Amino acid sequence: MRKVLLVLCLVVLVSLALVSGVWAKGYTIGMLVKNVGNPFFEACARGGQEACEELGNNFIFQGPATPTVEGQIEIIENFIAQKVDAICVSANDFDALVPVLKKAMASGIKVISFDSAVNPEGRLVHVNQADAEQIGKLQVQAIAEMIGYEGEIAILSAAATMTNQNTWIRYMQEELKDPKYAKMRLAAIVYGDDLRDKSYNEAMGLFKSYPNLKGIISPTTVGVSAAAKAITDAGLIGKVKLTGLGLPSEMAEWVKNGACEAFFLWNPVDLGYLAAYVAGLLCEGTITGKEGETFKAGRLGEYTIRKSGDGGTEVLLGPPFRFDATNIDEWKDVF
Amino acid sequence: MALETVRVQRVRTSAFRWEWLLLVLIAGTFFVNSRISPHFLRYTSLMSALSVFLEAGFMVLSMVFILVAGDIDVSVASIVALASVLMSLSYKAGLPMGLAMLVALGVGTGCGYLNGLLISRIPNLSAIIVTLAGFSLYRGIAYILLGDRAVGGFPSWYSYLAWGDIGGTGIPFILVAFLACALVYGLVLHRTSFGRKVFAIGTNRIAAVFSGIPVARIRHTLFTLNGLMAGVAAIFLTSKLGSSRPNVATGYELEVIAIAVLGGASPSGGKGSIAGACLALVLMRLLRYGMGLRNVPGQVMMVIIGIVLICVVMFPNLLAARKRRPAGS
Repeated sequence: MRKVLLVLCLVVLVSLALVSGVWAKGYTIGMLVKNVGNPFFEACARGGQEACEELGNNFIFQGPATPTVEGQIEIIENFIAQKVDAICVSANDFDALVPVLKKAMASGIKVISFDSAVNPEGRLVHVNQADAEQIGKLQVQAIAEMIGYEGEIAILSAAATMTNQNTWIRYMQEELKDPKYAKMRLAAIVYGDDLRDKSYNEAMGLFKSYPNLKGIISPTTVGVSAAAKAITDAGLIGKVKLTGLGLPSEMAEWVKNGACEAFFLWNPVDLGYLAAYVAGLLCEGTITGKEGETFKAGRLGEYTIRKSGDGGTEVLLGPPFRFDATNIDEWKDVF
Repeated sequence: MALETVRVQRVRTSAFRWEWLLLVLIAGTFFVNSRISPHFLRYTSLMSALSVFLEAGFMVLSMVFILVAGDIDVSVASIVALASVLMSLSYKAGLPMGLAMLVALGVGTGCGYLNGLLISRIPNLSAIIVTLAGFSLYRGIAYILLGDRAVGGFPSWYSYLAWGDIGGTGIPFILVAFLACALVYGLVLHRTSFGRKVFAIGTNRIAAVFSGIPVARIRHTLFTLNGLMAGVAAIFLTSKLGSSRPNVATGYELEVIAIAVLGGASPSGGKGSIAGACLALVLMRLLRYGMGLRNVPGQVMMVIIGIVLICVVMFPNLLAARKRRPAGS
């Protein structure tokens, strides 16, 4: 019995050795995401892989099992130990990765953030999916068109602590001050904490509290699909309109039944592609991450590095992409 | 008393064998890791790999005491968060960094004291219930204080605690601090009458009461100590992150308990050793480091760690079952 157990333990250890790969000659680029098993980041990884193949680089995709900054620190330490040439990170915390990323940069690794930024102190450049202002305003414009610029609307957000969502909501409120929205009123902002059941219940609660509700904006992939389900279940299709940020694979059903006419998102494949491309160019020394530099990112075309709102520099992927009945079939299998 | 001494003796020898098992596993992991990655044996990487999770290691030490006494504490990670947030806030409010660190220790000790007070003084209130309440309470307060904000901007010397090494030798400061702490905890648990009383409480609490051991007072002390170590962990973790947020150290309580158990401590009390806990910490680090170098995905890593944990922990139970049976298995 003792032998069997020891062998069992050793088998577990040896099985680790099976994960092996043959490296190409180029630079090694590590992409570190908030957590693994998230379809959005899997799509980013596909784009990253594609860019690395084009540039002749090696691509590593990693993330902690749960979205914690402690897990990301451990992985960055492992990247440093492996002597990767560049790290693209989607940070779980704006500040807390700075010390370990500084250590990485001190050992010669090019560090960039994408999707979710780290403090400019801990990065060379940030690859931003879309402009926060644009994201906020586009959603208000879309819902206004759907409800004919008249009536009560509500926002179903993720958690009250989330930086992204709060910034977008601020821009939404700003956009709503425009006189053309004078007949629209933001009745409530509720939080579904990015949990499906809680978001669903919050949406149902909105229908009860605001019987005249005309529209919902949900700037989170979990919230928007939960709201669509709530609208469908409550028999309010056509009476309460919905837009927000969603994943085509999750939203296809609701676009088809009319619960959500249109929603937005950036293309995560392109986002990962651009991040890995920028990392590759930094390794080659073609760019350094300074404001004003221009470069060509493969199939995506020309980009210019610009100043970002947080005092660093960024590359902007492009305007958010609009998904509706005309293109949903084409995208629902992509991500 | 004589009977009890015999029992403690037996516990100690069985713990000794446990440590040999861990040593064999560490050697095995070391060997496999050095074969699968050319980077594994690099001195600086090994040192930083060992110190990655070490801030939580401080809590493992006091958690061993808690487990040996037959209790459990799931509130430690939340205490870390609260201590870290209050330390940062008091630094921002103008306190010198040294005093702010004392605030972290004070907050930790206070939370632990409160846990211990409820658990030891109110009859039939189990540790899991009280510390579960603490689990939400302490982190909840941290969220109320800081919400979505992060507080940082500490003096530059403060980052030395988690990132610095001793005079250019490459030995991380945190590793030395941890080993010093482990030595003290090991001596107290295994070489003092206080330690023997902790074992006695965990082996049979009622018998301990009737032997005149101040059970309530000792349990109260242990929880307070656990809170203090959470404060220590908060100081090191905040130094590592360079900033503080209410969601730091999420999930640490389970990892701390898992390592203490892997190190031979039994949640049903009366068993455990500091040396075992340290070896378990090393084993866990080496496993994760090796897998990280091969870029094993996070979920797969979780599964493998789970399998290792269950295999190792059931090992002595199976051995004992085999011994009890008259012949063969």
